[in-house]
Amino acid sequence: MPTVTSKFTSPKSASLRETFPMPEPQIAAFSVEKAYRKGDHLVPVLHGVDVSVRKGEFLSIVGQSGSGKSTLLHLLGLLDAPDIGEVQLDGQRIDDLPSRTRDELRNRVFGFVFQFYHLLPELSLMENVLSPLMIRHSIWGYWKRRREYQDRAREMIDRVGLGHRLTHKPSELSGGEMQRAAIARSLVAHPEILLADEPTGNLDARTGREIIDLLCKLNEQEQLTIIMVTHDQAIAAQAHRTVKLCEGRIVPMSDAA
Amino acid sequence: MYKLLLCQRYLRSRYIALASIISVTLGVATMIVVNAVMAGFSSEMRLRIQGILSDIIIETRSYDGEADAELHKQMIERLIGPYVAGVTSTVEVYGMLSFEYGGQYIHHPVTLIGIDPGSKSEVGPLMDYLQSYHKQDNGPDSAKAERTKDHKPDWSLTPGANDYRQHIAALARDKAIFLKELKQQRHGGAEQGGEAPAAPNSEDPFNGMEREEGNAVVAEANLGELQTGRLYVGSNLISFPHMDEATNQTRTIYMVRPGNDVKVSTVTAGTPKPAYFDATVVDVFKSGMSEYDSNLVFCNLEYLQHVRKMVTPNPDGTESRAITSVQIKLKDYHDSDKVMKILRNEFPADRYTVRTWEQKQGPLLAAVDVESSILNILLFLIIAVAGFGILAIFFMIVVEKTRDIGILKALGASSTGVMSIFLSYGLSLGIVGSGVGVMAGLLFVYYINQIEAFITFVTGRKVFDEKIYYFKTIPTHIDALTIFWVAVGAITIAVLASVLPARRAARLQPVRALRYE
Repeated sequence: MPTVTSKFTSPKSASLRETFPMPEPQIAAFSVEKAYRKGDHLVPVLHGVDVSVRKGEFLSIVGQSGSGKSTLLHLLGLLDAPDIGEVQLDGQRIDDLPSRTRDELRNRVFGFVFQFYHLLPELSLMENVLSPLMIRHSIWGYWKRRREYQDRAREMIDRVGLGHRLTHKPSELSGGEMQRAAIARSLVAHPEILLADEPTGNLDARTGREIIDLLCKLNEQEQLTIIMVTHDQAIAAQAHRTVKLCEGRIVPMSDAA
Repeated sequence: MYKLLLCQRYLRSRYIALASIISVTLGVATMIVVNAVMAGFSSEMRLRIQGILSDIIIETRSYDGEADAELHKQMIERLIGPYVAGVTSTVEVYGMLSFEYGGQYIHHPVTLIGIDPGSKSEVGPLMDYLQSYHKQDNGPDSAKAERTKDHKPDWSLTPGANDYRQHIAALARDKAIFLKELKQQRHGGAEQGGEAPAAPNSEDPFNGMEREEGNAVVAEANLGELQTGRLYVGSNLISFPHMDEATNQTRTIYMVRPGNDVKVSTVTAGTPKPAYFDATVVDVFKSGMSEYDSNLVFCNLEYLQHVRKMVTPNPDGTESRAITSVQIKLKDYHDSDKVMKILRNEFPADRYTVRTWEQKQGPLLAAVDVESSILNILLFLIIAVAGFGILAIFFMIVVEKTRDIGILKALGASSTGVMSIFLSYGLSLGIVGSGVGVMAGLLFVYYINQIEAFITFVTGRKVFDEKIYYFKTIPTHIDALTIFWVAVGAITIAVLASVLPARRAARLQPVRALRYE
């Protein structure tokens, strides 16, 4: 069970769910605005977006390039902070937490999958998958539990079908394999929410479908909340619900599934 | 954990960073070699100076000296008796050493020091500097040590030197007899021919010798007997190095050897008048300090006092002998400050100077210290320059790793964590760089003479010329503390150089880092 240590948590070992009552939604953004500075110009990306995701929901965010969908995902995953508005996790505002606490939330609550996989090239597949656990613990803390963690990582890697590739470096893997490795990495720390930014964007149709099937299975079997950004309507259709972003504003499209 | 893992992987995969620390390695190695050689020279030099000067030296301001050596000795015994390991009195004066070589007289200005070898060897390692106690390694003239340490230094000739003296005496005697016979023959021939004795003929090869006849006859009687004046002569005064073209080896040619007689001139005490005496060279003095070896002549104290008229009869029939300096060896040199204080109070400054050997050789030792510190500063600057190399390469690596830093941050790594990856990377490079540097430096120091021989062989020029330095081999002294500080300094520079790039890495925004192409 993932735990959170922050100024608003009680004991370190207590889970978010135990610490807080579970109001719906699990994660939400309220009127978030974000602009990036490019040279002398301020480029607005999001104009007061509201989005909320329930526990166990699979939400896809679609939109054209530059519509702000990735930015929204980054704001939800605490990779960036909104200029205006707030992000809430289980009813608690999290975007204004100290950076240490946000780092810890990223490690314990969120799992990330990126379009370009973003595996660390110097590490083997096994080490890449273990990296969130290594980041979580001190050397000694990790060393004590290394067997348990290695078993857990092996299990995750088996689950994504890469059990035979443990010692391979990312450069020795195919695109689909790298993305599956990235999914194994995002799951090894038992996150509550998986944030996937165009997970199939760099893959062929068949491999992309495999990845989406894997995500759907995770969502169904483990009630994992998934927020996925994609520009592919067909892939987005696999999600419970799809929202469309257009020029930084959100437009609900369907409540499928 | 991930910090160590990444740091280790970066070390293995980024050879460019290892290249950046080659300058650290070279800097560290150079500092160790230079310090070892300088410390070697310095400690050899200090040892030799201290050996010759002893710990504390009380000198009279005038070369006339102060009367009564015995009184001085008693005074020192009374004042600082418990601290003292040995005391010796000397007479020091400038003089001139003259000897005949190749048919010409050679003169050297010298410092003439009257010593008592027995007590002198108690205040300093006199034996270490006398050649009769050492194996001679001088090309074909190599010989075993003639004396063992059991034999206290005195003014007698070694058996070898005595044989040599007898040999040259016999030659001189033969020459004298030959000249005598020749003269008799000539006189006889003249008488037979009824001719008047011929005026000296400039074309006659024996003409010059004839004039020496008187001396030779005198020598016939005296040769073999030692002169009353006895000397230990500084080796560089009576020798010169000679490069043998055939063997390409340098050997020392001695113009005077133990057993030969030389002439010494100086002045008397009081109103200066020339004083002159013949003396037998008993031994050769070689300390390795060219300043001493080409300047000092040790003479028997009593005879020098006699020649310089420093002996005055006392009313009670005894005699008072003047001295110009007293050398004191302490049991523990750490007491020198205390002892100096007592002595300075008792020996009036208008008549005596009381100094430790370090004070007496102050400028020389200070020069060595200054030289050593300046070299260290300059060499440390090399390592500092290497620090900028690390800084640049680390910035490059941080830029190259921007996306990885973004990934780590997305996975929850803190800024401090990311920073410590690069700091420990810098630390590891520093440790590897200075570790290799220390090993290379120590190996260089260990094999320095072989390396010198190799460079000499390759370039054909002597790197370390013993003619200049008077050491057969390059002296080195390794100080563990110096090595420790050099290594710590280099590691600190490597870590400091990685601070800025590490801070930059830590401050990267995860989103920007992830988007970085």
